[in-house]
Formats: sequence, C-alpha cells, structure tokens
Amino acid sequence: MSLLEDTLVWLGDRAHYRGVDGVPHRLVEHLWISGAAVALAALVAFPLAIWLGHSPRFPRGGTAVLSLSNASRAVPVFAVLVMLAATPVGFGNRATIVALTLFALPPLLTNTFVGVRGVDRDVVEAARGNGMSGGQVLRAVELPLALPLIAAGVRTAAVQVVATATLAAYVGGGGLGRFIADGFGQADPAMTAAGGVLVAALALVLELSLGLVQRRLTPRS
Amino acid sequence: MLVPPGSPPNPWISVDYVRENSDVLLAATQQHIELVALSIGFGLLVAVPLGLLVRGHRRLESLLLGATGVLYTIPSLALFAVLAPVTGLTVTTVVIGLTGYTLLVLVRNLLTGLAGVPEEVRESARGMGMGPLRLLWQVELPLALPAVLAGVRVATVSTVALATVGVVVSNGGLGQLIFEGLNRNLYRAEIFTATVLCVLLAAVADLLLLGLERLLTPWARR
Repeated sequence: MSLLEDTLVWLGDRAHYRGVDGVPHRLVEHLWISGAAVALAALVAFPLAIWLGHSPRFPRGGTAVLSLSNASRAVPVFAVLVMLAATPVGFGNRATIVALTLFALPPLLTNTFVGVRGVDRDVVEAARGNGMSGGQVLRAVELPLALPLIAAGVRTAAVQVVATATLAAYVGGGGLGRFIADGFGQADPAMTAAGGVLVAALALVLELSLGLVQRRLTPRS
Repeated sequence: MLVPPGSPPNPWISVDYVRENSDVLLAATQQHIELVALSIGFGLLVAVPLGLLVRGHRRLESLLLGATGVLYTIPSLALFAVLAPVTGLTVTTVVIGLTGYTLLVLVRNLLTGLAGVPEEVRESARGMGMGPLRLLWQVELPLALPAVLAGVRVATVSTVALATVGVVVSNGGLGQLIFEGLNRNLYRAEIFTATVLCVLLAAVADLLLLGLERLLTPWARR
C-alpha cells in the first residue's frame, strides 16, 4: 500500500477517534493550549501597546517594542521551548502555554501599537477640539480605527501559536503534535503523515476563517 | 525547581562545555549554515523565475502569492511529517521544507521591487533601444535589488531559526544539540550554547547580507 493510502486508512480508522489518544481529544487539547496562550498574551499586549500608542509620553517605548518584535524572529521557537523546560516552568501543557504566550506577544504588540499610533493625528486633534477627553478619544476614535490592524495581529498570533503548539509534543505537551512525535518515535509513517495533515488542515482553516473575520472588521475603502 | 542536595551543578553558561565540545559545536554550526544556504539558494532558484513569469499578470500574481502563502501557513513540523515518510530522515527533507517557507517573502519582495521601477525609467530605457531582456537585466533587476535583498534577509533570519525544527528528521543543525541537551537530563550548557550560536548566526547572516546590499547598490547610499 502506498503512504497516501496508509494515511487515509489511518485517518478513517474509528479507533483513532476515541479516548485520550483520539483525534477529537487531541484537537480540543491543541485548541485549548493555543487559545489560553493567545488570551494570556492579549491580556499583556493590549494594555501595554494601546498605552504606548495612545500616550506620547514615551516615544522610545514604541520603538523598543518594534525592535524587540523584529529581533524575536531570530530566536528559534524550539530552543525557547526546550530552555523553558530546563527552568522551574518545566514540562507539559502548562509550560507550553507559557512558551506560546511569549511567541504570541510580538505580533499582538506590534500591530496594536502601530494601529493606535498610526491613527491620523488630524482626526485625533479634531476629536480633542470637540472636547473629548483622552479616554474618550481612545474609545471612540483610536481603537475603532486601529481595529483592522489589531485583528490582523490576532490572526497572525493565533495561526503562529497553533502551528507552534505542535512542537510542544517534543517537550511533553499534548495536542495534535503528539501524533507526529509518536509517529516518528514508533516509526509509524502513516501516523506521522496523518498528524501532519491534521495540523496543516487546522492551520489553514484557522487562517482562512480569521481572515474572513478580519475582512469583516476592515471597512471598505 | 528544588535541587536535591549533592546533585551536580548544571549551569547555563559553561566555558568548559564549549572547550570540550568545540568540534561538535563547529560541525552542528556547519550543518546549520549548509541547511540555510541551500534553502535560500533553492528558494531564489524557484522564486525568481516564477516571479518573472507571472509579473504584470494580476491574476497569476495573486495566484502565486496565494499558493506560497498557503505553503507558508502550513506548520513546519507538519510539512516535515508529511515529507519524511517519502524523503526519509534526511537533509533533503529539511531543505525542501525550508525552501518552501522562503518562497512567500522572496516572491512578494521581487514583485514589489519590480513594481516599484518608475514607468519613465522603463520608457527611457526602451527609447535608448533596449530590448525586454536587457531592460530586465540592466535596469529593472538592479532597481529591484534592494527589495529582493531585503526579502533574502528576512527569509534568512527566519530560516536560521526554523532550521532547528529539522531535528525531528534528525537533521536540525544546532537544533540537534538543543534536543540532545533536552534528552541529556536537561543539560543547560548544551541547550544554551546551541541557542546562542543560532541567534548569533542569524545576526551575522543579517549583517553580511546588509553589507552585500550596500556593495551591490552603491547608488542607493545616502
């Protein structure tokens, strides 16, 4: 039998959809880990980036955020996962969430900051001239105008995190990466390839659906 | 984490580790450079002809960008997992995967660079009697070079980081040492040294490419 057939047979086997090692449980685990990481990162990134973008008090802060995000591209995700394992954070799903939170920060910080800071200064001045307070300008002008870019950041972060969560299986985490890691470990090419197909499909579906959400939030010009 | 009394120290930074394993570190770094250089090279070999072929045709341009975008979205581990049963636990598997990831940024920057060539410049080149090939080679490509090289820089830095994932098919360059450190009871010196080398490699490659850009586009110097 060819690999393609083997993979399809694996994917069609009902036994692979039951229990802790089943596809549904691993999928939920994968989404839960990823969702928690993106939510935690948003909790940190949104206030910080909105504040830096809104207040002109720390012009250097924004530059620092942007260069830090840029530089983070050079740090291998895999290395950070392994390094965290060697700290008190340790192994498993909780450690994975911490690591993934770090990876979700750069796109969220960059896009939110650029979105808020990039709002036309004339528009902000006009709002101020109409007697709006700083908070009102932020809520009624800056945030709505920044929303498309913020949504793009969430999309990038989410897709990246879901992709990276796969690596977590190599540091004792769960999720769909287990099928790939175990497939390699047990020299089971059908399981390896099936895991690859599942993860790729999840990433593409997420990218497309979040792309639709993002388009909804972006006003047509 | 509680350290049981009497357990050996496990420092992150160890000069002894580096000294005793310099040959292993060198070999892993060499493989890492090889993986990245091959992937960027093949990436250019695929991206440049494809980009030149589709440019100017709106539909084909967005089709190519869409296809390379889909490739880019597929997680590296998933790609290696699907390739490995076919191409084995080899350098080939890693290079095919990494090449795939370079395409989006290389194609996009080439198209952006070519689109940025002013129409007047093209007109005057034609007026001087240049044919389409000479126009491309002597006018358009040189003017698009800064954009292309910017793409090569971004692709190189990401590929240096991504190559570590090649460890799942036993060819991850410095990633190999990171994983070995994980399996050796979390040997911190090995993990940290390999990570630092990886980041350094990305920084050095970025600077070298920046220098190359300066060298190749002297007219752009301010």
